[in-house]
Amino acid sequence: MKKRLSVLFSLMLVLSLFLSACGGFQKGDESAGEKGKSGDKAANVPQELHINIKTEPFSLNPGLANDSVSSNVLNQTFEGLTRIKNGKPELAMAESYEVSKDLKTYTFKLRDAKWSNGDPVTAKDFEYAWKWALDPKNQSQYAYQLYYIKNGQAFNEGKAKAEDVGVKAIDDKTLQVTLENPTPYFLELTAFYTYFPVNSKIAQKNPKWYTNAGPDYTSNGPFKMVSWEHNNKIVLEKNENYWDAKNVKLTKIEMVMVNDTNTELSMFDNGELDWAGMPTGQLPPDSLPKLKEEGKLHVQPIAGVYWYKFNTEKPPLNNVNIRKALAYAIDRKAIVENVTKGEQIPAMAAVPPTMFPENKKGYFKDNDVKKAKEYLKKGLQELGLKDVKDLPPITLSFNTDDQHVKIAQAIQDMWKKNLGVEVKLENAEWAVYIDKLHSGDYQIGRMGWLGDFNDPINFLELFRDKKGGNNDTNWENPKYKQLLIDSQKEKDPEKRKEMLKQAEAILMDEMPIAPIYFYTNTWVQKDNLKGVEMSGLGDVQFKWAYFE
Amino acid sequence: MLRYISKRLLYMLMSLFLIVTVTFFLMRAAPGGPFSSEKQVPPEIEKNLNEYYGLDRPWYIQYFDYLVSIAKWDFGPSFKYKGQTVNDLINEGFPVSFFLGMESLLIAISIGVLLGIIAALNHNKWQDYAAMVFAVLGISVPSFIMASILQYFLAIKLGWFPVARWESLQHTVLPALALAAMPMAFIARLTRSSMLEVLGNDYIRTAKAKGLSQGQITVKHAIRNAILPVVTYLGPLSAQILTGSFVIEKIFGIPGLGSHFVTSITNRDYTTIMGVTVFYSILLLLSVLLVDIAYGFIDPRIKLAGGKKGE
Repeated sequence: MKKRLSVLFSLMLVLSLFLSACGGFQKGDESAGEKGKSGDKAANVPQELHINIKTEPFSLNPGLANDSVSSNVLNQTFEGLTRIKNGKPELAMAESYEVSKDLKTYTFKLRDAKWSNGDPVTAKDFEYAWKWALDPKNQSQYAYQLYYIKNGQAFNEGKAKAEDVGVKAIDDKTLQVTLENPTPYFLELTAFYTYFPVNSKIAQKNPKWYTNAGPDYTSNGPFKMVSWEHNNKIVLEKNENYWDAKNVKLTKIEMVMVNDTNTELSMFDNGELDWAGMPTGQLPPDSLPKLKEEGKLHVQPIAGVYWYKFNTEKPPLNNVNIRKALAYAIDRKAIVENVTKGEQIPAMAAVPPTMFPENKKGYFKDNDVKKAKEYLKKGLQELGLKDVKDLPPITLSFNTDDQHVKIAQAIQDMWKKNLGVEVKLENAEWAVYIDKLHSGDYQIGRMGWLGDFNDPINFLELFRDKKGGNNDTNWENPKYKQLLIDSQKEKDPEKRKEMLKQAEAILMDEMPIAPIYFYTNTWVQKDNLKGVEMSGLGDVQFKWAYFE
Repeated sequence: MLRYISKRLLYMLMSLFLIVTVTFFLMRAAPGGPFSSEKQVPPEIEKNLNEYYGLDRPWYIQYFDYLVSIAKWDFGPSFKYKGQTVNDLINEGFPVSFFLGMESLLIAISIGVLLGIIAALNHNKWQDYAAMVFAVLGISVPSFIMASILQYFLAIKLGWFPVARWESLQHTVLPALALAAMPMAFIARLTRSSMLEVLGNDYIRTAKAKGLSQGQITVKHAIRNAILPVVTYLGPLSAQILTGSFVIEKIFGIPGLGSHFVTSITNRDYTTIMGVTVFYSILLLLSVLLVDIAYGFIDPRIKLAGGKKGE
């Protein structure tokens, strides 16, 4: 008897736990009928888009965001003074603008636009948002995107007051921006999310406005956020108060957070997603050849480069000829075709071809073993070594990842075969690796770089200062530096481009880096989805998207 | 009984303290920090950040502050998700993980026990072999492969369930099955062997001699005794299911707590690492305690206040 009671007791315990969990379970009904959707008649296609954004965004406050997930959401919900279309900035929140003769003062006239709750968008909202992001007490990790503005950096470092920052609302519709230096690409920058406005009326009242969807989360872009279930999904709906609402055809965008490439593709195959792959998600690398064969794969080059950095203070990499020998002896075409398989472009230059189209060819020949051997011989001589066998093994570091391992192994093999150079591979977990690289504790290290805005300076200024934060190579060149500084003041775009090209030529001659390939975005999408705008930076905008 | 429980609770507190301490120092010893990324943050901004999160203070102060805030059940803000606290993450994520865990526990126990009984009753017949082949498969196929197989056949090919995500009850079936496969197989084997043992006992023969039917014997006498090892296994099992849910949560895009357990470490999200570790530790320690207590109820031969009788 006692025994039976106790069994009953244990079962009840389990059952009650189970039931209590049931109570807290939220039942979503929207996507239950998802499966039948593809069968709907073409005449009346629901304008609802389902995409995957992988993870929870860092923050949906434009002033705090610093990651691609946040940017993929913010680019749909907010709008800056300009917006990138077909690779060029076009006026968005701004109706017109004037530039002073010294290129340092921009005066923007705002158009009549509204926030999603009906409040007017004013110049004050821009001033508030930019100063908020620069205010050191708000800990924005991307505040430095606003350092182009006069006293922006000083304010962020606590050396100037908010009033000194060069952004001012002259009246409700006029915004005056003073820059630290002439910045030829300033209108590109104003399309970037750190430059988005924030509804100052609400933000001043509720400093936590950005943590959840609700009446206090207002935006001024084509879509508004109607729900945000953390770590699960975000739902956007068309913003009827958007100034250009008539050109917005999608009524709803559902962004789910599934951080698994295989699942993402399966969901697409099963009709649960309309888009799988970059830039919001990612396709499993192994699936690329098959998708390509079936003709489903979409590929677009983007402004990003995968390269190996040489620590120019660690022998033998302090020798430019050794660096060149290594860089020339890489068969990039083989890597792109056999390892990465995403139709990446072999990189023999630092600036992606989306910015400098002539860089498809680059500054040297891919897999130029003959030249590489010559450089190696010269380099060894300079180092006082007789033979390549006297060269101690070089360590090649990368962060732990399937793709990086495969590329490193391929290159290790090429260097061994082509030059006889011994290479040791060393991998580390991401945070550990980054730490090593930034502190100069490496010989050759893998790194990638994606442009934030559409200008070559993005890639070149990395190597301007030896201790410039993201240089890592300990390389510095006075001529290179001067060219970059002068280019900021050059008003003629052609001349400026020439200066930047000269700088790049120096970089490719000194080789503190060995570029491997330029990134591409790869994805699959529903055939009837049209009008998706992808910028050269790899950003996606659904403002003009629609289902046919 | 009360004395036993209070003693166990005291031990729990001590182990918890040890866990917190070890985690804290191991975490800080790992290179890299929460703000390291390829786009390095300017030093001034990093300084501000460190001040805000209290990372600029000496370690013993941070450690002490941390102990105090744990005692208050306040884990602080997440580094990775601005504007969310670790308490938010736990409050939102745990119910989901818990539901998933309980569903798969239910599946594992009910089907596992059933399979085990069928196998034992048909000892060395085809049913027995079929059930055991099934069990071996369940044990040896890792859960992430099981998940992919289920997704491929039940979702894509047959279209019975959605591939992934966490929306309706229908969405929960595949992840629960994938998570349950391994323990289910284990329980089946456990039940089978203990059933076989029980069936060979004298009192079963007595029951048979009394003229009871096979069904009555099984239900009334055999199962009740055979189930004991399964109950013992529940403690480690719930631990296994809770920690094992990480892979499943990732594959199915489930907003549970398991994913934070691992991603927070990659992100060096210090507060989340500590919060989730403490939370899981408490959970596991409690589940082990619960099973110990339940065991005492089921089997009177086991005396809980063991200290008294022996020495």
